[in-house]
Amino acid sequence: MGFLDQFWQLSVDGLMVGSLYAVIALGYTLVYGVLQLINFAHSEVFMLGSFGGLFAARALLPGDGSVPGGAGSIALVAVGLGAGAACGGLAAFTLERVAYRPLRRRAAPRLAYLISAIGASLFAVNLAGKEFGRQNVDLPDLFHNGTVFRLFGAAVSTQTLVIFAVAVAMLVGLDRLVAGTRLGQGIRAVAQDADTAVLMGVNVERIIIVTFVVGGLLAGAGGFLYAMTFNASYSMGFVPGVKAFTAAVLGGIGNVRGAMLGGLLLGLVESYGGYLFQASYKDVIAFGVLVAILMIRPSGLLGERLGRAA
Amino acid sequence: MSARPRTLGASVLLGLLAAVVTGPTGDSDEPLRAAWDSIADVRIVLFLGLAVALWLVLVLGPRLRGLVAAVTAPPRRRLTAATLTMTARRSVAAAGRRGRTVAVGGGLLAVAVVAPLVVSTAAQQSMVNDIGIYALLALGLNVVVGYAGLLDLGYIAFFAIGAYATAYFSSSTAMPWHAPFVLNPFFVFPIALILAALAGVVLGAPTLRLRGDYLAIVTLGFGEIIHLVANNADGITGGARGAFGVPHLSVHLAGVDYAWGIDPLPYYYLLLVIVVGVMVAFGRLERSRIGRSWAAIREDEIAAEATGVATLRMKLLAFALGASVSGFAGVLFASKQFFNPQSFSLQASFFVVAVVIFGGMGSRLGVVVGAVVLQGLAFYLRDKVQPADRYIYFGAVIVVMMIFRPQGLVPSRRRRREIELSEAGVGAADSLGSATPTVVRP
Repeated sequence: MGFLDQFWQLSVDGLMVGSLYAVIALGYTLVYGVLQLINFAHSEVFMLGSFGGLFAARALLPGDGSVPGGAGSIALVAVGLGAGAACGGLAAFTLERVAYRPLRRRAAPRLAYLISAIGASLFAVNLAGKEFGRQNVDLPDLFHNGTVFRLFGAAVSTQTLVIFAVAVAMLVGLDRLVAGTRLGQGIRAVAQDADTAVLMGVNVERIIIVTFVVGGLLAGAGGFLYAMTFNASYSMGFVPGVKAFTAAVLGGIGNVRGAMLGGLLLGLVESYGGYLFQASYKDVIAFGVLVAILMIRPSGLLGERLGRAA
Repeated sequence: MSARPRTLGASVLLGLLAAVVTGPTGDSDEPLRAAWDSIADVRIVLFLGLAVALWLVLVLGPRLRGLVAAVTAPPRRRLTAATLTMTARRSVAAAGRRGRTVAVGGGLLAVAVVAPLVVSTAAQQSMVNDIGIYALLALGLNVVVGYAGLLDLGYIAFFAIGAYATAYFSSSTAMPWHAPFVLNPFFVFPIALILAALAGVVLGAPTLRLRGDYLAIVTLGFGEIIHLVANNADGITGGARGAFGVPHLSVHLAGVDYAWGIDPLPYYYLLLVIVVGVMVAFGRLERSRIGRSWAAIREDEIAAEATGVATLRMKLLAFALGASVSGFAGVLFASKQFFNPQSFSLQASFFVVAVVIFGGMGSRLGVVVGAVVLQGLAFYLRDKVQPADRYIYFGAVIVVMMIFRPQGLVPSRRRRREIELSEAGVGAADSLGSATPTVVRP
């Protein structure tokens, strides 16, 4: 089968994965916007959210292995998303408290933040590995997964539709939050100029915490969606984390809409590339894209700065 | 005071966390069981006791510190720009310190020479494979992190390049892909050095122009690419099986015939000579014009640029130099023992970073001590916890060090002062920021 025959199917799959990258990428971009720091441990927030959502949904499933339908399915997905988001938000909050705030109080050099986040990431990954085992954990089916409709011959499954719809809803919601609310105004103000924002009466400490938590909520819910298609494991965070970072850089780090665009584009590129080359080199393609953007257009497609673009 | 109950709460949380970390291993079928079992256990009394003790130290600490300081030493002054010049004037006294440094160095060297003779063979192996190799790696990474103030998270990739280059050039059977001729591993040293440095330049040249933290991500990606390729390219590297039968080091020159074998001791002494040689060489480098350029870049990149330091070239030099040391260590590693892509995982890269941070960035003795202590800890923990669980402790060590002692165990005097000054708002202590002005568009 040629590439053209598969084109639409690859596009559908790519957009689904890409929407997840976009959701995770927002966490990087928001934190980068307010602190000018790459939050290395964001991938672990994603991992913990994924486990939280998975365990919560599994605990509520009937034990007989039957697949629920209708309202039961909707409730289970909602619970999973909620639990995932809650775990992600809590993890991000704890991370900020433990690994970032003590350093910020001291105005530590930036290298210290990166290293501290790496330490927190190592700690969280391996503690999760110890507590939850080091095998992949599958999420049982929460709904009957079948083809809903065909798009130019490409099958769009219920699962794809759910993931894409929830991810897009979160993206739109965040865009409205940043662009249209008082909180979003505060985030943009801190991103543009933290010192002036303080003078204008913005509580910068609070904005920083809220930014971390919002990024964590998104990553946690995204983690649950990710576990729905793939699975969860203690080391699951790293690869999607770096890809989401790539997406954020691709769109222009610190730029909310850029991260969304970057995520979708990266999902597509990876989907096509994985078909044209070899599936096992999928990750290499994503890293290659990252290196290439940094060489060609380091400010990303839509440019940097949270304050301007949102 | 309302801060006290909060401190107690944080201490208790820490105690519970410590109980969970050291508690039983769980699995995904009952995700919370392991955590619950470790808390609902007799040991919890010990951890809560420790938590309360910690709280008492934190609450009473400030009062006690006054007492202790009055007895032992005058309180340390907070550093400002003014005291910096005073410290510079005091450097006349450094001459006496030099003699002491030589004495301490000689003593440590004597310990390093005698130490392997009194430990078990397993410990000797660990002293070569873990401590020796990682001390060398840490010395190389120290040039990047400690001297130039950059962060390289794919450092182990250059190590892999060195190891695979050895397999390629020195054996026709180790990997499916091999050179048409066979070289003695000693001749691979310069080749690996150049290859790794070249890889460093190719990777660093485009990224070092950007903000420094991008370098961290790009090297992270590069490290993972190398790891994935080594793991997947079965026809070239042998894939996940690894490379078997790389010959040991041997010398056949001017009547001298000597081959390093399975016995770890000869390798240990070879490594000791190399590590000490690298320490001496990097010490001279640190005090040279190049080393001063690096310090200038760390402390104020814009001022350095303005006074004629070629900042980009100097950063690139540090990056390439660090990479070449890693490649060099790769040759030693490959000729010592069998290896597979597992040895070049991301965790290994993080571990080298942990060694440098723990020991003290910018301090040559510090990073070697870091390798000894952390690998010693790993060796000590090897029967007590699962190998992967050790990274929990390493992660915690990194965070705690960054919070309480960012300058490391055996800090370099200059680095410590930089960190203190930058925290007081004078200058910087790394070269991560402001490499390119932020894009401002109309």
